[in-house]
Amino acid sequence: MIELADVHKAFGSNKVLRGVNLTIPKGTSLVVIGGSGTGKSICLKSILGLVTPDSGTITLDGEDVTKADRDSFLARFGMLFQGGALFDSLPVWQNVAFRLLRGSLKRPKDEARAIAIEKLRRVGLKSEVADLFPAELSGGMQKRVGLARAIAAEPEIIFFDEPTTGLDPIMSGVINELIREIVVEMGATAMTITHDMTSVRAIADNVAMLHDGVIQWTGPVAQMDNSGDPYLDQFIRGSADGPIESVR
Amino acid sequence: MSWIIAVLASIGQPVTRGLASLGRLTIFAGQALSHMIRAPFYFKEILQSIMNVGYFSLPVVGLTAIFTGGALALQIYSGGARFNAEAVVPQIVAIGMVRELGPVLVGLMIAARVTSSIAAEIATMKVTEQIDALVTLSTHPMKYLTVPRVLSGLIMVPLLVGIGDIIGILGGYIVGTKSLGFNPAAYLKNTVDFIEARDVVSSLIKGAAFGFIATLLGCYHGMHTGRGAQGVGRATKTAVESAAILILAANFILTSILFAL
Repeated sequence: MIELADVHKAFGSNKVLRGVNLTIPKGTSLVVIGGSGTGKSICLKSILGLVTPDSGTITLDGEDVTKADRDSFLARFGMLFQGGALFDSLPVWQNVAFRLLRGSLKRPKDEARAIAIEKLRRVGLKSEVADLFPAELSGGMQKRVGLARAIAAEPEIIFFDEPTTGLDPIMSGVINELIREIVVEMGATAMTITHDMTSVRAIADNVAMLHDGVIQWTGPVAQMDNSGDPYLDQFIRGSADGPIESVR
Repeated sequence: MSWIIAVLASIGQPVTRGLASLGRLTIFAGQALSHMIRAPFYFKEILQSIMNVGYFSLPVVGLTAIFTGGALALQIYSGGARFNAEAVVPQIVAIGMVRELGPVLVGLMIAARVTSSIAAEIATMKVTEQIDALVTLSTHPMKYLTVPRVLSGLIMVPLLVGIGDIIGILGGYIVGTKSLGFNPAAYLKNTVDFIEARDVVSSLIKGAAFGFIATLLGCYHGMHTGRGAQGVGRATKTAVESAAILILAANFILTSILFAL
């Protein structure tokens, strides 16, 4: 279980997180929604230690993430980045098997390649893609490779940062389905950041809405449409009218 | 009274910013050196960096050195003619190349070629979240990106300086023997007799220092880039400028120390 308690983060005078409290039970999929610039990515990066919160605590299974052994802590995570964040200088299979080619999870090269090809197949890519470079792939294929990399070491927890941004609706649907299937199949704990309400409905067990640096509403996805929260209602409707200022 | 405060602030702010930058760079250098001696070591990345910094820099270093050595021979000959000292061309070309021009020109060429490429590559990785991805894949960016590059600078730039020194002297030899009428055997003998071991050692020490500065600043500015394409461009420009200035400053300091011994 991941727990954030009263997490604050500011960049200069810009207070991004103003006391975030959030719980992600083990084996569930939480989707965090909210407008651009509301701190969703900062929230996610704070859990991974890519950003250090100014105050508050973040725990994983009761252990403070800032005090955990870094390598064994990170070995439990997989992450799909918004732009894929594939390494340009490495072929696709080495991107997917990156973690299996070095460090504590190192495997023989042939075995790592076989696992990479299997994970590529799992996300719907053929083995011929394995020896291409990321620049030779379309945006949708890059997202799938990023997803294959996120699951390559079979992590317990997977983070997805805007998994469908920049994709057409059909490819978005494919990625959403893949994420849901993989999370269920692996029994992983998942946290996804998105603006895409179709993704929310496809991926989430629970939803949290971040607004003005705090969690405005959180609950099961089934209750989202009847929450009675004016902020969440406005966000779901995609309307300019409501408590959320449309010009930020 | 307020104008005095304004004047002092206008002096103090840039000085404070400069000192803060120097402090951050010093901490970064310390971290790079400490990671250099601690496992894990990424040998494939180190070999790739050695090829990029060393082997692929050979053409630019060779061309720079040969033309500089040739021009130096012509300058010394025409300058020496003013007080009947044309005969010292082999000695001055040798000492000029080995002690000063070889290390400095190679250092500046490495700053132009290698520092810019390192800064642009790492800055692009930073803005496309590849550095964050490395961290989430349990790989320390300092070990995976900085250590191989800085280590290759420390190893390969002294070698490039040694090669540059030899090619520079060869440039002087070609001009001296083909154009200025020097006897080939006498030219070589005068060159070899005049250079001392400490000239060569100082040249290689300077090479190591300049290689360290050039690669470290490329990594530092790449890792601390601003956002977007403009950030990458600014990081690259700042890396090259600061590497060039620090190389020239380090050259003065090292020359003062090495030849005072």
